[in-house]
Amino acid sequence: MSSTPNPTLAAPSGAANRRFSSFLATRPRLRLALFLTAPLTWLVGVYIVALAALLVSALWTVDSFTGEINRSLTLDNLKEVVTDALYRTVTLRTLFVAAAVTVIDVALALPIAFFMAKVASPRLRRALVVAVLTPLWASYLVKAFAWRSLLSEGGLLDWILGPFGIHSPGYGLTAVIMTQAYIWLPYVILPIYAGMDRVPGSLLEAAGDLGAPSALTIRTVVLPLALPAVIAGTIFSFSLTMGDYITVNIVGGANQMLGNLVYTNVGAANNLPLAAAIALIPIVIMLGYLALVRRTGALDNL
Amino acid sequence: MKKAIQTRRLAGLAVAITSCLVLAACGSGSDDGSSTSAPDKLGKKEGQVSILAWPGYVEDGSNDPDADWVSDFEKQTGCKVTSKVYGTSDEAFNLAKSGDYDVIAASGDLTLRMIAAKQAAEVNTDLVPNYGAVFDFLKNQPWNTVDGKNYGVPHGYGANLLMYNADVVKPAPDSWNVVFDKGSAYKGKVTAYDSPIYIADAAMYLMATQPDLKITNPYALDQKQLDAAVKLLKEQRVNIGEYWSDYLKAAQAFKTGNTVVGTTWQVIANTIDKANIKVTVPKEGVTGWNDTWMISAKAKNPNCAYAWLNHIEDPKTNAQATEYFGESPNSQEACDYASEGFCETYHAGDKSYSDKIWYWRTPIAKCLDGRTDVKCTDYAEWTKAWTEIKG
Amino acid sequence: MTLSPLTRGILLGFTGMVLLLMYTPLLVVVINSFNPDPSMTWPPEGFTGEWWRKAYHSAGARDAVLTSVQVAIVSTLISLILGTLMAFALQRFDFFGKHSVNLLVILPIALPGIVTGIALNNAFRGIMGINLSIYTVIVAHATFCIVTVFNNVIARLRRMGGNFEEASADLGAGLWTTFRLVTFPQLRSALLAGGLLAFALSFDEIIVTTFTAGSGVTTLPIWILNNLFRPNQAPVVAVVAVVLILVSIIPIWIAQRIAGEAENIR
Repeated sequence: MSSTPNPTLAAPSGAANRRFSSFLATRPRLRLALFLTAPLTWLVGVYIVALAALLVSALWTVDSFTGEINRSLTLDNLKEVVTDALYRTVTLRTLFVAAAVTVIDVALALPIAFFMAKVASPRLRRALVVAVLTPLWASYLVKAFAWRSLLSEGGLLDWILGPFGIHSPGYGLTAVIMTQAYIWLPYVILPIYAGMDRVPGSLLEAAGDLGAPSALTIRTVVLPLALPAVIAGTIFSFSLTMGDYITVNIVGGANQMLGNLVYTNVGAANNLPLAAAIALIPIVIMLGYLALVRRTGALDNL
Repeated sequence: MKKAIQTRRLAGLAVAITSCLVLAACGSGSDDGSSTSAPDKLGKKEGQVSILAWPGYVEDGSNDPDADWVSDFEKQTGCKVTSKVYGTSDEAFNLAKSGDYDVIAASGDLTLRMIAAKQAAEVNTDLVPNYGAVFDFLKNQPWNTVDGKNYGVPHGYGANLLMYNADVVKPAPDSWNVVFDKGSAYKGKVTAYDSPIYIADAAMYLMATQPDLKITNPYALDQKQLDAAVKLLKEQRVNIGEYWSDYLKAAQAFKTGNTVVGTTWQVIANTIDKANIKVTVPKEGVTGWNDTWMISAKAKNPNCAYAWLNHIEDPKTNAQATEYFGESPNSQEACDYASEGFCETYHAGDKSYSDKIWYWRTPIAKCLDGRTDVKCTDYAEWTKAWTEIKG
Repeated sequence: MTLSPLTRGILLGFTGMVLLLMYTPLLVVVINSFNPDPSMTWPPEGFTGEWWRKAYHSAGARDAVLTSVQVAIVSTLISLILGTLMAFALQRFDFFGKHSVNLLVILPIALPGIVTGIALNNAFRGIMGINLSIYTVIVAHATFCIVTVFNNVIARLRRMGGNFEEASADLGAGLWTTFRLVTFPQLRSALLAGGLLAFALSFDEIIVTTFTAGSGVTTLPIWILNNLFRPNQAPVVAVVAVVLILVSIIPIWIAQRIAGEAENIR
């Protein structure tokens, strides 16, 4: 790459511009401020303020009939969320589903990502990336309804597997896990593929030259190096599953998850304070998870 | 180091929270003070109107070219229509309060809340010429009229019927007990409407089966009566395959056989159109909806809002809209415009049929059945009970 | 490392099987778009082109796609700018609170959509007192899209190092010239990858959108949700999904080629 700046191109920028450049060049703090101001203002101004306001509103109450918010602070909502058995049951159910979806997705994504990054020819790799990305464009809702059709009595699943004595699990938690694992799979494959792609081929060759069997190389070289990417993928599947309330409505039978409780309370019961208190559960779980994986460097791999 | 970061983050959060408290404006604000008295005459049309309605109530042909009763309205009145649809009455209440909508199509479980929250404006029906033709039994009802003041004009109505798969459910049921006491025979294949208002269906069943509870109106339940209904619904929950709130889901489940018995709407039966899927009005009666077009107290375009009310009350428009959604129209004249057999299928104008329907109302602390010695459970308590029933 | 042909075969077979699984539901969607039964039950009762005709004439679907494309383009552009700035700040500088800032970028995607949704809804309507509109959707989308651009760009910056830029500066090029001629060409494929993912995220987002869209703002997922509730419209939704899948292959393929060439050059 020839990166010498072409003087004829640099010339029109003029002396004033150049003076500004050298002015900036000696002031890293100012440069940092220029980079940081816009994105930081946006994220804090839009997102953090919104989150903080939500947390505050968890301390309010609402008049059930008129729907007016009473702004005197009380811990009642939080107390209810912590002590009521309903929220414990639903939280555990949601965690179980999110964990199951994540495990399934990682188990499916690892071999594929490895194949794409280290085995497939460049041409095949490109085709595979397209193949993995394409289902993302068939709306999430349409895919969930397609699974509803697949899983129905006498649906495609029964049709194909019926002769082998296997029947569709019907609508319920199993169906939710299958559908969510399906929908979020591309979001898990992509970061893991990118992570494995970054593992230098020379390292693998070196391991091979030193006589390590390929299974050993994969276990001791590839996986540890790809681990942050794997964790990044799990953040996607875990968080996306945890906040969902639509898939469970479509294929979940009579079950409800945390997302449904939040949605019912804010959209239906118009009880933003209680919804905010319930929303604290996934917030705390995700922050805990982020803190846990922070050291692995996963946060740089999303 | 890590600890320090967390402390700093907390500090940042604290700053954000404090500044928010200082501003004292977090959370949805509520500006009251709009007048609710109805106008005597209309002024110049504003050129636009914003409508909040159930899906299928405000169709401009953009989704289904054959369903269009908005374009003509826009041409005739010069009021450009923007609309938003909602999935449940509760969602609608939340949206209506934002003040972004001039006109709201509200079911009976929403109208009283709108009025109590001072979100609905009093309507002068004299300014809605087409109101005259509306069936008398829909006028001045407790869900659209409070203290002699009218808060909206009727749209259409329908019943939450009992649907069953005749191949599986034998003999043909004539009671809701197939989904309650005898539901275990169809374990995993029973369905019910997914909303707190469904508690009224259980209460209506208890009215007939447990007279000592002394329920006289399924929307007026004291704590003991609510507890009994909740107990019944928790027993039912074991047999439920899935709850439904959109009719594609309900139609699919009955068609495939995932569901064999449960609540339905007439339109779902029409969609399925299979000989073995039948609907009936059980002997305990049915709940139902009776929708009202209301004008927001914060309406920015009241004149176009009145124009829309008159347009949607027009027999031809009303026939189109109610037939598209699948419910009874609001006048005999509308039946003349509807397709053959439509009004018969939906029992339009049949007062005795309508009398069998317990129309959705908002349960409030002041008992709707007139009892003054007890406090009734309100909608918030019903909502909480509903999430607990689902578990 | 050399894999035995058997291992390669197994990996290939596994990949093929999962891809088959990924495409079976899509096949069901394609079949349903020709299924005369409006509630799309299996097995199909016959064959009809009716839904395709209806979809072709559906102005609502066209407008919704257009709205979604507008929202996705603008929020992608915003996230490209903000994400790149953020990546530079975090990769090229060391400062107090850097880790918190890093966490801040990730938060909007790591917290469940419904939390982001109700928080932003409350903030827009309650705190700022503004009516929901298409702009509130864009702001919301841009917020959670920043992270995809940020991560792609920062990964590239790490691999790039600053040598070329220093050389450029030493040779007397100004900051802008250096960026234009040295930094940007190296970032191009990372921006493309990040931008594409941001676009996809925005295009298919429903939960945050539900809570931030104003009256009359119908993005495609909202249109789909609404039409699943309308009588006899569900198969039209299936048609729209099929068209989207087919159309989406083109930009993904082009993006892949451009990204691929960039990789090869480097």
